[in-house]
Amino acid sequence: MTELFIFFEQIYRILFLLIPVLVSVAMIVWLDRRVWAFVQKRRGPNVVGPFGLFQTLADALKYIFKEIIIPASSNKVIFILAPIVTMTLALIAWAVIPFSETFVLADINVGILYLFAVSSLGVYGIIMGGWASNSKYPFLGAIRSAAQMVSYEVSIGVIIINVLLCVGSLNLSDIVLAQKDLWFVIPLFPMFIIFFISALAETNRPPFDLPEAEAELVAGYQTEYSGMMYAMFWLGEYANILLMCAMGSILFLGGWLSPLDLFPFNVIPAPIWLILKILFLFILFALIKAIVPRYRYDQLMKLGWKIFLPFSLIYVVLTASFLMYFDLLPGN
Amino acid sequence: MIAHAIVFYIFSLIAIVSAIMVTVSRNTVNSVFFLILDFISISCLFIMIGAEFLGMIMLIVYVGAVAVLFLFVVMMLNVAQQKNEWFISKGRSAHIPVGLLVSLIIFFEIIIVIGGWKYKPDLIDSLAIEINTELTNTQTLGTVIYTDYIHLFQLSGMVLLVAMIGAIVLTYRQRSGVKRQSYFRQISRERKDGIEVVEVENNKGVKIDA
Repeated sequence: MTELFIFFEQIYRILFLLIPVLVSVAMIVWLDRRVWAFVQKRRGPNVVGPFGLFQTLADALKYIFKEIIIPASSNKVIFILAPIVTMTLALIAWAVIPFSETFVLADINVGILYLFAVSSLGVYGIIMGGWASNSKYPFLGAIRSAAQMVSYEVSIGVIIINVLLCVGSLNLSDIVLAQKDLWFVIPLFPMFIIFFISALAETNRPPFDLPEAEAELVAGYQTEYSGMMYAMFWLGEYANILLMCAMGSILFLGGWLSPLDLFPFNVIPAPIWLILKILFLFILFALIKAIVPRYRYDQLMKLGWKIFLPFSLIYVVLTASFLMYFDLLPGN
Repeated sequence: MIAHAIVFYIFSLIAIVSAIMVTVSRNTVNSVFFLILDFISISCLFIMIGAEFLGMIMLIVYVGAVAVLFLFVVMMLNVAQQKNEWFISKGRSAHIPVGLLVSLIIFFEIIIVIGGWKYKPDLIDSLAIEINTELTNTQTLGTVIYTDYIHLFQLSGMVLLVAMIGAIVLTYRQRSGVKRQSYFRQISRERKDGIEVVEVENNKGVKIDA
């Protein structure tokens, strides 16, 4: 009986995490469009509900009622699996995100490796979708995207090593608690910038949205998708963006910690701080979408391999030697 | 404990079935997808025995990077077609002895390893490393690799470096006629490199690129 109770308690906790995440994904799509419109002096979605807040729900409803078209010459199993893989991977990563000292679904001791592994698996949804469509534009988009994501993952990995050197643990709660006195964004500021740009590339956001460059590839790997399957790709993408923002705020902006341990700040509950930091990073993402033109593909590769990777490797050596010289290594 | 056993058998069943499907499946791309499934279930098994670092690294390196490149090559080369031709052709039996030899060698290696466990159980106790059960798996691995086995660790790093340089040397070729962008040359371009003021005589014109 107790096992059954534990089982249902876990399911309740998972739902308590996932439903807010899904709702906030819908809200974040609206926010993205509003920020984009704000920069371009347009109004953006403002009709459905107060301030147009329910625009995404209306869109989702429309997608649900549309027909799902599966191309006759596609590999049907993989074609259907692709959006499911994207969506699932975008959601399972939230299991390890700590919202406060106690509010975390799975406090595993290799949390950051888990996050990194899940985000590196995200490329499969895209490759599967692109290949299974059996069409030229999706395939080209998938190849571009896979090469791009694999390249930028390398520099994200090296940046994570920088943070881990300062923490001495792979646990996400430990990473946050290590920033109690000083957020890592201050000593590792260059790494934060590189992480942010790599996160843009990893999530296929502008200016690195070459996989879906509409002028060249129609919609990239999503070209053949329609109805709810397209919507799942789309929601998965935004859930991934939120996840990257959460990762950035945990690694560099002190996660759930309040900026100052003073009166007006420390009464605000911890999850609110994390949400505010995620929103801050997301608004930066949205602003960049509005103001930066798209990169050329060779420039993208050059930036990843010839600039970011060497720079972050050198920074690893610098961080390690600094910590070693001043005897600041964690665990001593 | 029963739940643990059930999960273990589910993962091992998936691992074995997908390993068989890798070789059986006619479509090469499907084979690679089964290989990925195999990697994932094996990393789950690693995590189940408490080797969480190894499991995660397996996911990141094999599934996240190596298998992606596999998939790339297989998708681009259109291997499925070649394989079908090979099934029809008569020369296919020539490969069978080699395959048999390799699988026999692997089979005997497995027998030796499992036999070692079965008939000499003190092999496991005779490990040179002392294992501190209070530290996490990752920490223990780190302390062992960077102290007692630093030379082996550095040596394997060197082997990987040599392999990497070898791969670059083998595949790199300078193609002519490809336009390359050099930021340095673009930025260091001055006005006098690009513009020349010429006095043009009446009714004569001027010759460019003279």
